[in-house]
Amino acid sequence: MANAHDTTLAHGAVEAHGHDQAHAHHPKLQHHFYSMEQQLEASILGMWIFLVTEIMFFGGLFLAYIVYRTMYPEAWIAGSNHLNTYMGGGNTLVLICSSLTMVLAVRAAQVGSRTGQIVNLILTILFGSTFLVVKFFEYAEKFEHHLVPGPNFDPALPGPEQIFFALYFIMTGIHALHMVVGIGIMLVILRMAWKGTFTPEYYGPIEVSGLYWHFVDIVWIFLFPLLYLLGFHLGH
Amino acid sequence: MTAPAGRHSYLDEPHGVAAWLLTRDHKRIAMLYLISITVFFALGGFFATLVRLELLTPQGDLLTPDLYNKAFTLHGIIMIFFFLVPAVPATLGNFFIPIMCGTKDLAFPRINLLSWYLYIIGGLMALAVVAMGGVDTGWTFYTPYSTHASATMVTLAAMAAFVAGFSSILTGFNFIVTVHRMRAPGLTWFRLPLFVWAHYATSLVMILGTPVVAITLVLVAAERTLGLGIFDPKLGGDPVLFQHLFWFYSHPAVYIMILPGMGVISEMVAAMSRKQVFGYSFVAFSSLAIAILGFLVWGHHLFMSSQSIYAGLVFSIITMLVAVPSAVKTFNWTATMYKGSISWESPTYWIIGFMGLFLIGGLTGLFLATMGLDVHLTDTYFVVAHFHYIMVGGNVMAFLGGLHFYWPKMTGRKYPETLGKVSAVLVFVGFNLTFFPQFVLGYMGMPRRYHAYPAEWQVLNVLSTGGAGILGIGYTLLFGYFVWSLFKGEVAERNPWGATGLEWQIPSPPPTFNFEQDPVVTEPAYNYKPRREVTVG
Repeated sequence: MANAHDTTLAHGAVEAHGHDQAHAHHPKLQHHFYSMEQQLEASILGMWIFLVTEIMFFGGLFLAYIVYRTMYPEAWIAGSNHLNTYMGGGNTLVLICSSLTMVLAVRAAQVGSRTGQIVNLILTILFGSTFLVVKFFEYAEKFEHHLVPGPNFDPALPGPEQIFFALYFIMTGIHALHMVVGIGIMLVILRMAWKGTFTPEYYGPIEVSGLYWHFVDIVWIFLFPLLYLLGFHLGH
Repeated sequence: MTAPAGRHSYLDEPHGVAAWLLTRDHKRIAMLYLISITVFFALGGFFATLVRLELLTPQGDLLTPDLYNKAFTLHGIIMIFFFLVPAVPATLGNFFIPIMCGTKDLAFPRINLLSWYLYIIGGLMALAVVAMGGVDTGWTFYTPYSTHASATMVTLAAMAAFVAGFSSILTGFNFIVTVHRMRAPGLTWFRLPLFVWAHYATSLVMILGTPVVAITLVLVAAERTLGLGIFDPKLGGDPVLFQHLFWFYSHPAVYIMILPGMGVISEMVAAMSRKQVFGYSFVAFSSLAIAILGFLVWGHHLFMSSQSIYAGLVFSIITMLVAVPSAVKTFNWTATMYKGSISWESPTYWIIGFMGLFLIGGLTGLFLATMGLDVHLTDTYFVVAHFHYIMVGGNVMAFLGGLHFYWPKMTGRKYPETLGKVSAVLVFVGFNLTFFPQFVLGYMGMPRRYHAYPAEWQVLNVLSTGGAGILGIGYTLLFGYFVWSLFKGEVAERNPWGATGLEWQIPSPPPTFNFEQDPVVTEPAYNYKPRREVTVG
């Protein structure tokens, strides 16, 4: 690539400027960082800040949820009781397992086990895919029962219940979109792990992707009780 | 654009269009941003011209009511999302934050480039909106008009703002990580230039506020396209919830549009007065205070939207508190100039222009924060004049002043000094003539967003349109000599203003990796010696 920031060229520049020569440069060290530690810290802080923006992004939806739940508690109970708690609960279990395998994959990278990374990353991807398959059947069920907001929404149900389902679809839909992105990231990470990219000195990408994965799980941990268990809690 | 012969700078290697479009150099990305925001400024200015020409006469004779609605909406959307928000951070901030932090680049150079591409994609979507018939909701996209009544390109316009929002998030994100993790040895937090503090505070607002407006615009788009009626009153939904969510970002966004400008002014005041900034830590913390308080005042946009009067009271009081850190800054800049060795070069003219206009804009903000008075002034030209004084009088003045101050460093060329002063005066006079009459009009009750008005308000409207003409001449003049200077301007030395700071110790224009040697910082910012002669070079 004809770019001044091409890694090799950048290294020439760094060394020509008499940079700290105490330790040899790791091939994965980008030109504008002093050390591998600085690079890792920057990427981890970067991911945390990105997650803050994600929290604010979902935050707007949670605010709408709180406002309407306060205004229409009855519709919220009724809407919640239309959701399939077993499917939701099963999916919660699946995601918690995926978080465990994710952590194990990061650990495997830190101790230098290539097999450990590959096995755990594949398991993480499988758990994530299971979640999406279950979600697909849940959505299909809602279509059959006329619970999708819009012109086909069951006219017998009150307006606020349609708002409940609008929020349900937007919140779980955006969450599912994050799962799809997460699985895509994990496929890239798996390819890198397969090639033996990660070592105890260089494991930033897998660690940072793990943070993202856990965040997406935690969003679900909040969505599940707020949407599915609410009916048990408030109604009947 | 070429650098002076015989030097190797970021501008001339590597060559080629592809090398520019795929660059990860923060300085080149800043230049790409500078060119793009100039295009959008011109486009937003075109729509402002339509609005002002229509208001030349009391009758609606130039534009139909529908076209007028589209003209002011497009003016607002383009100027806010595609010019004012990125104006200072994405250009001057992008260029100078890594240099002021003593590092070779921002923490994530590729994400920085991605930010520019997102901006361009959002911008192209905005252009598509213009080409496909425009949008008429006002830049605020208020529901239920935007979701149920408007038959214009609301969804595409909202998505354009959404995409541009992510470009702004990525800029803020990069700045925060850079300031935390990339500072040179010896560069402690309290040795950072105030420019960096201001951008840090801006970045906090960008990352905390922008995602909220992003999801809100998604909800509007979902309501229009999929029928997911979150704000639909027919279902029991609450349109005022939209206003809360919208202003939770869009009020802090005002501080995205002014804080970086304040940072620029802090640098310029110290350099042009050759004095340490008075009360450095107060100015630094006032940036953070403005950012934090900025998140607690959004309800002052809802005084007339059925908000509880007690909520209104609290929002009113907190809004007034914002005046405290703003006044701290203004007083401290003045105190910095007091007994300083002020050099009357063109940046000084822009500084003083900024301070005058920001002062008027800030004080009239207090009028509007007062709930009782705001009942009278809501949605009048008083509001329009107030926020133009802050955003255009404040931020654009600071941005253009900053361009005059940093132009020699960024391009290696000098602009004609006299014309720099002339354009500052033209912009200052033109601006006041445009917007001061609008305070009077608003106080007399002229509502915003109407294309016709009673005949007795014509004199003031003609003054305003005439002022806009002078403003336009000022902007055109400075655009002309900046472009001219790229080819014919005198070659600039390292430190034309005799200023302190890492950015003035490296060549003009800087080399690709900024520093010939990794810098070590040993003294506080603005360590000006009390002397008149300036050692240059």
